[in-house]
Amino acid sequence: MIDSLVSGLAWLVTGAQARWVGAGPSAAQRIYFANHSSHLDFVVIWSCLPREIRARTRPVAGRDYWERGWLRRKLSRDVFRAVLIDRGGAGQGADHAARTEAARRTVEATAAALGSFESLILFPEGTRGDGSNVAPFKSGLYHLCALRPDVELVPVWLDNLFRILPKGEILPAPLLGSVTFGPPLRFDPTEPRDAFLARARAALLELKPA
Amino acid sequence: MKLAFDRQLGLLFGGVVGLLILASLAGWLLARRARTEAGRATVANMNARVRSWWVMVAIFAGSMATGPIGAVILFGLLSFFALREFITLTPTRRADHRAIFYSFFVFLPLQYYLVAIRWYGLFAILIPVYAFLYVPTRCALSGDTERFLERVAKIQWGLMVCVYCVSHAPALLMLEIPGFSGQNGKLLLFLVLVVQMSDVLQYVWGKLLGRHKIAPNVSPNKTVEGFVGGVLSATGLGAALWWATPFKPWQAALLAFAITLMGFAGGLVMSAIKRDRGVKDYGAVIAGHGGILDRIDSLCFAAPLFFHLVRYFF
Repeated sequence: MIDSLVSGLAWLVTGAQARWVGAGPSAAQRIYFANHSSHLDFVVIWSCLPREIRARTRPVAGRDYWERGWLRRKLSRDVFRAVLIDRGGAGQGADHAARTEAARRTVEATAAALGSFESLILFPEGTRGDGSNVAPFKSGLYHLCALRPDVELVPVWLDNLFRILPKGEILPAPLLGSVTFGPPLRFDPTEPRDAFLARARAALLELKPA
Repeated sequence: MKLAFDRQLGLLFGGVVGLLILASLAGWLLARRARTEAGRATVANMNARVRSWWVMVAIFAGSMATGPIGAVILFGLLSFFALREFITLTPTRRADHRAIFYSFFVFLPLQYYLVAIRWYGLFAILIPVYAFLYVPTRCALSGDTERFLERVAKIQWGLMVCVYCVSHAPALLMLEIPGFSGQNGKLLLFLVLVVQMSDVLQYVWGKLLGRHKIAPNVSPNKTVEGFVGGVLSATGLGAALWWATPFKPWQAALLAFAITLMGFAGGLVMSAIKRDRGVKDYGAVIAGHGGILDRIDSLCFAAPLFFHLVRYFF
C-alpha cells in the first residue's frame, strides 16, 4: 500500500518514465548505479522498476541522513528496506589503517545485503552533485563487484531531477524527469580498479541524452 | 448554476461519438489497404490519434457531467501538465527554483480558484500583473543575474500561455448570457469542438491536397491548402452548430472563423518554440499526438479571444 503511494507520488512529482536501452527489466540480481543530484534519485529509480522487482531491490543510503527523524527512519526501514551505510564521517581523524578497515566493513555489509536474490541501487559518486557533471566514482563500487562478480551491473541515467529538487530545497518544482536503464556491464577480475571505475562512469555518461 | 445534461448537449456528444466511430472505421479500412511503408506509418499514426481521441472525449465528457467544478479541475490539470512540459523544455537555472515552485503551486491553483468563485476582476490580472511582478522579484532575491531577463521572461511566458490563456476556456462557464443561463457548458463544448476539429480538418485537408508549405521553417506539415480547407470547413462546422449556442448562424460562423484563425496562430507559435529548442513534441503522454501542450496549443490562443468576444457582444 505505502509502496504504491510512494511510487505514485514520485511519478506525480517527476513524471518520470522508465526507458530501457539495450536490456529490459529482469529479476536477475543487479546493482543499479546512477548519477546523483537530488534526494528524489533513488525513490524515482525504485518507483520505475516493475513492482515485483521493486520488492527485491534495496537502495544503499547514508545512515546519517536516513536515521534522522521518525518519518525517514520508518520509510528507509519499512518501505525502501534501505541498506544504511556510514559515509566518510566514521573514519575522519582516524589513521589510514582504521579508515581502510571501516571502508572494508562497509563494502562487506553491502555485499552481504545482496544475499542470494536481492538487488541494490547505489550512487558511486558518494554524494549529490549540482547536476552539471558526474564526479569520479568512489572505489566502493569496485570492491563490491570484486566480492560479487556474479551480479549484473546496470547503469541508470537520471535526467532533470536536480531541477525538480535541487540540493538544499525541500519543495519540488514538478518538471518532467526521465530514467534511462542501460545494458548491464560485466565485471572483469583482471581489470585494474581505476580502469573499471572509468569504464562504469563512461557507460553511465553514454546514456545521457544529447 | 447547474450544468444539466440537456438534449442539445447530448446531441453534440452523440455527434462526436458518431464521428469517432466513422474515423475508427475509416482507419481500419485504410490499415488494410495501405501498401507502402510510409503509407502504413501514416495510417498507424492516424489510428493512434483516433484511439487517443476516444480517451480524450471520454475524459472531457466525464468532467462536463460533473458540472462547472469538473471543467475547472480538468482545465487546471491540463494547465499543470502543459506548464510542466513548457518549463521542462526551458533552460532555467538553480536560482529560479522557488519562482517555478510558486508558479505551479500558488499562481496556477489560484487562477483556477478565481474561475471557480467567478471573480472576474482578479482572474483577468492575476498572472499579467501579479505573477509578472512576483516572478522577477523572487529570481532577483536568489541573486543569480546571468541571463536574468531571459529566464524571467520564459517563466512568465509559460504562465501566460499554459495557465492564463487556457483558464479562459472554463471561464466561459462564469459568463452571464441572457436567456442562456445554466447552459454555458455548450459554449465550452463549441469552443473545444471548433478548435480541435479545425486542427483535425487542417491535418486532413493538408494530407489530401497539401502542396504549398505555409511556413516551412516553423512547421513543415502546415500547407496553404490544409489551412484554407481547414479554416473554411471548421467555420462551416461552427455555423452548423449555432442551434446549441446563444448565437445566430452568421454569428456562430464568424466566431468559429476567429477561433480557427487563433488556433492556427497558436499551433504556429508553439511550433516555433519547439523548433528553437530542437524537439518535435513537447511530450509523449498522448499516443500519436505528443504532449498535452501539442494537443492544446491552438486552444491556448483561441480561448481568450473567444471568451472576450462572447463577453463583450452577448
